[in-house]
Amino acid sequence: MGQAIAFYTLAAFILGFAVLVVTTKDTVHSVLFLVLDFLFVAALYVLLDAPFLAVIQVLVYAGGIVVLYLFVVMLVNLKRPPEAHHDPHRRTKLGLFLAVAVLLELGAIAVYQTTRPVLSVPGAPMPVTGNTEQVGWLLYTSYLIPFEIASMLLLVAMIGAIVLAKREL
Amino acid sequence: MPPGISTSDFYYILPELVLTGGALLVLIADVLLPRGSKALAWVTLLAIGATIASLVPFGSTHVEVAHGLLAVDQFALFFKIVFLGAAALTVLMSVRYLEIEGASPGEYYFLILCATLGMMIMAGGIDLLTIFIGLETMAVSFYILAGFIKPNQRSNEAAVKYFLLGAFSLGILLYGMSIMYGLSGTTNLRTMATAFVGQERDPRLVLAVILVVAGLGFKIAAVPFHMWAPDVYEGAPTPVTAFLSVGSKAASFAMLLRIFLEGLPSMSADWRLMFEVLAIVTMTIGNLAALTQTNIKRMLAYSSIAHAGYILIGVVAGTPRGVAAMLIYLLIYAFMQLGAFTIIIIMRRQDVVGDELKDFSGLHIRHPFAAFAMLLFMLSLGGIPPTAGFMGKFWLFGAAIDAGYVRLAVIGVLNSAISLYYYIRLVVFMYLKPQGAGSPVTTSPSLGIALAVAVIGTIFLGVYPRLLFDLAEMSARTLGVAAVTAAIR
Repeated sequence: MGQAIAFYTLAAFILGFAVLVVTTKDTVHSVLFLVLDFLFVAALYVLLDAPFLAVIQVLVYAGGIVVLYLFVVMLVNLKRPPEAHHDPHRRTKLGLFLAVAVLLELGAIAVYQTTRPVLSVPGAPMPVTGNTEQVGWLLYTSYLIPFEIASMLLLVAMIGAIVLAKREL
Repeated sequence: MPPGISTSDFYYILPELVLTGGALLVLIADVLLPRGSKALAWVTLLAIGATIASLVPFGSTHVEVAHGLLAVDQFALFFKIVFLGAAALTVLMSVRYLEIEGASPGEYYFLILCATLGMMIMAGGIDLLTIFIGLETMAVSFYILAGFIKPNQRSNEAAVKYFLLGAFSLGILLYGMSIMYGLSGTTNLRTMATAFVGQERDPRLVLAVILVVAGLGFKIAAVPFHMWAPDVYEGAPTPVTAFLSVGSKAASFAMLLRIFLEGLPSMSADWRLMFEVLAIVTMTIGNLAALTQTNIKRMLAYSSIAHAGYILIGVVAGTPRGVAAMLIYLLIYAFMQLGAFTIIIIMRRQDVVGDELKDFSGLHIRHPFAAFAMLLFMLSLGGIPPTAGFMGKFWLFGAAIDAGYVRLAVIGVLNSAISLYYYIRLVVFMYLKPQGAGSPVTTSPSLGIALAVAVIGTIFLGVYPRLLFDLAEMSARTLGVAAVTAAIR
């Protein structure tokens, strides 16, 4: 029941943001709504007990792909630059807020690191329990060969990027 | 807990490992060798040769590697030989072409080898994951190769078009694959086949089949998914076009056969119908569109679309004989198509692009052997005896009649008749029109070798085809074709 409520709430947010992505006038806002959309999809993965997929979703989509979108928006320059904001100290305030947030986070990690119980060092075939461990385990055992081929694929992509971007080889 | 992979698995993927090593060696040799050295082409050929040699121990192997991710069988072996042979001919064709275009050869040969690696994985893959990664490796290599001549705007256009449509079609294919995985709970095609028995009327599975057919339709350039082919074939560097039209097409057909015959035999009633419609439309539209082309590369693009239609007949038949006919046709097609492209590359000189119909005017005076070879390839593509193309079509249509698809064979024969118009038109230009302009037509040693191999292949397979047909039939039987035939009857 609780899961169903969570699912439909998330689904409603995802759909809502998706509508906003296509309806907002400002391209940059549109891309930012897309980021929110991706983050909610990641939350959906967490709900499905797939935390690894959730992290990948955030890293690849909310991270990589959106940066790509923003680059395109920047390059094609679809609208004139926005007018300067009224509050001249807005940026300083935001920066201060972010700095404090990061500081608190780092402090929390430091406290946690010193107080948590020491884990035993895992022996060779460790009992695989978590989702991420399972993915990693499969990737380096059963699916080692496709994993290796993927490395060639990435090499091809890298060489390709150099070939296409460099003026003279 | 999933078991790891063993040392013997690495033994069975030896050819792939050798090819990967060869590709990396080419990259290193590019840095070490002096600039403008032609030795790089020989390093590449050496890598291909070593890979072919490493295939020898697996002549009659029939195993699944790494818990059903790859199959090492004669079906894969047959395709691997086609890919490696096509890659070798492509390298031979490229030496002078790259020099004229001023492109850097190191990355070019590396990408050719990586594309070949992807194809080999596609032909051997019996798991959706492996097949998909192989397909991506091949496709990404080709996206870059299509745009390799950077100063040429047509080449850029080809790369962008191929990339966008390729990515789009890959998305469709992946969607279909994910539904297949969702319904069966496995990515292994053989396990999937048993999971799908009795699910024939599941609309979700029908949707998956439609999506996979559409995705693969893009790859083999079947109508109505062929729009990219003429522009990409025309704009891409000519040796790349040759390799794309032969290697990529053969690899996609290998993948298609694996997915449908091994993974979806229970759905054969649905996909046979789809492929039958696709085959008819593809043959007809491809040939009709080729009639009006004046650019030879474009004409060969449409002709290649039509040939995909002919080859699809073998899938519709679905019998071991039909699959064997497809395999042999793909091999024959490799010889004649690569041969025709070799001639176009010979026509490429410093001052002439040489891919327009009028550039071929009076070729028999300027270079009698090139004209004769082109005549041979055109007759073979049109399916005139005693060339290999005739034998290929003979078996394909024969297999169709055998499996009860007489109408397909009739449409195929009618289409071959239409296609003769544009093949013969080129011959008319070469033999009956006055001499065209431009510097003299010459061959280089490597182009000569490529041309000789293509000519010998086209004649030999037309005159003495039995040997290869037996080989192809044996390869076809290693595929789960027997299961399909049983499911149909």
